[in-house]
Amino acid sequence: MIRTEELLLNVGPQHPSTHGVFRIIVKLDGEVITEATPVMGYLHRGTEKLAEELTYTQIIPYTDRMDYVSAMTNNYVLCHAVETMMGLAVPERAEFLRLIVMELQRVASHLVWWGTYLLDIGAMSPFLYAFRDRETIVNLFNELSGARLTYNYMRVGGVKWDATDAWLDKVRDFLPYMEKKLVEYDHLVSGNEIFLARIRGVGRYDAETAIDYGLSGANLRCTGVDWDLRRTKPYSLYERFEFDVPVGRTGDCHDRYLIRLEEIRQSLRILRQALEQFPSGGETMGKVPRVIRPPAGEVYVAIESPRGEIGCHIVSKGKQEPYRLKFRRPSFVNLQILPKLLVGETMTNLITILGGIDIVVGEVDC
Amino acid sequence: MGGMLDDTLTWGNAFVFLLWGVVLLVLVLGFVTYAIYFERKIIGWMQLRIGPNRVGPLGLLQTVADILKLLIKEDTIPRKADRVLFMLAPALAYVPAFGVLAVIPYTQDLYFADINVGLLYYVALSGITTIAIVLGGWASNNKYALLGGMRSAAQMISYEVPLVISVVGVIMMSGTMNLRGIAEQQGDWFWQWNFLPQIIGFVVFVIAAVSELNRTPFDLPEAESELVAGYHVEYSGFRFAFFMLTEYVYMYAIAALTTVLFLGGWHAPLAFLDFVPGIVWFLLKFALVVFFLIWLRGTMPRIRVDQLMGLGWKVLLPLAILNVFVTAVYLELFVK
Repeated sequence: MIRTEELLLNVGPQHPSTHGVFRIIVKLDGEVITEATPVMGYLHRGTEKLAEELTYTQIIPYTDRMDYVSAMTNNYVLCHAVETMMGLAVPERAEFLRLIVMELQRVASHLVWWGTYLLDIGAMSPFLYAFRDRETIVNLFNELSGARLTYNYMRVGGVKWDATDAWLDKVRDFLPYMEKKLVEYDHLVSGNEIFLARIRGVGRYDAETAIDYGLSGANLRCTGVDWDLRRTKPYSLYERFEFDVPVGRTGDCHDRYLIRLEEIRQSLRILRQALEQFPSGGETMGKVPRVIRPPAGEVYVAIESPRGEIGCHIVSKGKQEPYRLKFRRPSFVNLQILPKLLVGETMTNLITILGGIDIVVGEVDC
Repeated sequence: MGGMLDDTLTWGNAFVFLLWGVVLLVLVLGFVTYAIYFERKIIGWMQLRIGPNRVGPLGLLQTVADILKLLIKEDTIPRKADRVLFMLAPALAYVPAFGVLAVIPYTQDLYFADINVGLLYYVALSGITTIAIVLGGWASNNKYALLGGMRSAAQMISYEVPLVISVVGVIMMSGTMNLRGIAEQQGDWFWQWNFLPQIIGFVVFVIAAVSELNRTPFDLPEAESELVAGYHVEYSGFRFAFFMLTEYVYMYAIAALTTVLFLGGWHAPLAFLDFVPGIVWFLLKFALVVFFLIWLRGTMPRIRVDQLMGLGWKVLLPLAILNVFVTAVYLELFVK
């Protein structure tokens, strides 16, 4: 009998495919994983604790840095929570602008995911194509808010900067361009046999498991659960628009891939309708008291970020600063299923599965 | 020079051999330098980038600068590595890679060694590099390097078999293992080249060759997204350069071998284009194969280990054997 030994392999925090400073300790039997322990916290900045010392407007830049791939949705969830608490009305123009930037952000975020996922799987070119198209969106945001990644765009009661007609035209031009590019993406990647062989049937789980683990976003919808907060618990203006919520059947990485690509298409559809209905005039800030002091109490709101349900729970004692602030971060929650999925898989599938969950370490660690 | 090999060895003979060796080495190094440049430029254009364009005119000296940097870099050997094997591995990888080039004929008259078992010599020698890669991965005493080395061993052994069997059809058709003879036997029209009658063998050969080269989509030994850099993760400076050199020299060898075995060597694709010298045709075909290898890298994702093994043993090997069988039946019934 040959003596065999388990190999303890430390994947990360400096590893090209853990999407930042994330670490997994895996026990390998040959190339098969027998145990996986995720280690997180390398990017912990204590956002929630810091928020207790800050006024609500001051917290907004911190939310940018949480999920830095999708800063607009983070901005929104905080502002939305405070507005809900104070019963503030947001002017229609501001709400439209918010919705447009959130959907653009969803497209940008999914593009980053698509590019990096293909990079994980070993194809280098799609990464650069995705970033070329994301660059268009980032430039749009830059023009609107003056920043490329951390926008600090929304405020309690509205948005900071109004959009010009020229900017809206640029968004309008972007839609057909992106639709054309999506077809190219499909031609290059979606039908590639090697790619399909890599992701089909990998990282599979059923709806019950997904709900037990509290998954949300594409990670939940891939199992066939039709749960998209834009539809099931509408916020902002989503009730006014027609769009489909793509759901999967098998719950594997392939379904997650298809769902995210389809969500880009649906976001473009929403954007098209939003641009058609965009009000020609109006304020971008509602009537907001000079000092934002929500009444004592608690509120929890949740919206659909590109990664799933992002929630904001505020406990207020009627002061300028929150007494306690808690973010429900979809990346963190979705990651919990990872050790379960990894057992029995190979090293190669570890990357496929981790990439398929779509985490942003800034959000995992917060 | 062929005649000299049969003579007794004198100082004069030895000097000529050495000189030709140096000429070949310079040729190969020149190729590697500009193959890397070519690859970076082509991949760059495919990926909406510019590629190297700063060092020298059009960036032509970029690779020279890179090699210079590797040469003057500190040479680190991990404390817990097996020093002797660690230092031996890069050299052991490179020597056979350079050695196999001896048998490749460029035109009817331009070749270095005319061995009657040229193909066998190529296959036998190139297998040694696998040992060097496993050795390098093992001696580094690094888990990622070890996994990369093991993968490499499994991959190269699995694909060596279909690679060899896929060329048996060619050997049967031309009745010789001498590469010059094989190239010569192919006709003056492109449909008389081996790649059409041996289409199964050709496809198997190309797939297996890409795998032997450890290039996308078979670049598992150095899969950077899983194994960081695979077997050479602990190597730096000149030793690392040697592994890279080996890889590109094999690219040269495989491209030349494909040209000779399947693409008619120095023959013009159409008989009336004969007035163009054979070396031009050889270089064109050679460049086409190199471009194909680079193109693959710009397009394909990476295959998974178990799928790789499945493809090698369950698809390519039976296909290659089938090819041998069909060729044998054909030769028996129609040619004899």
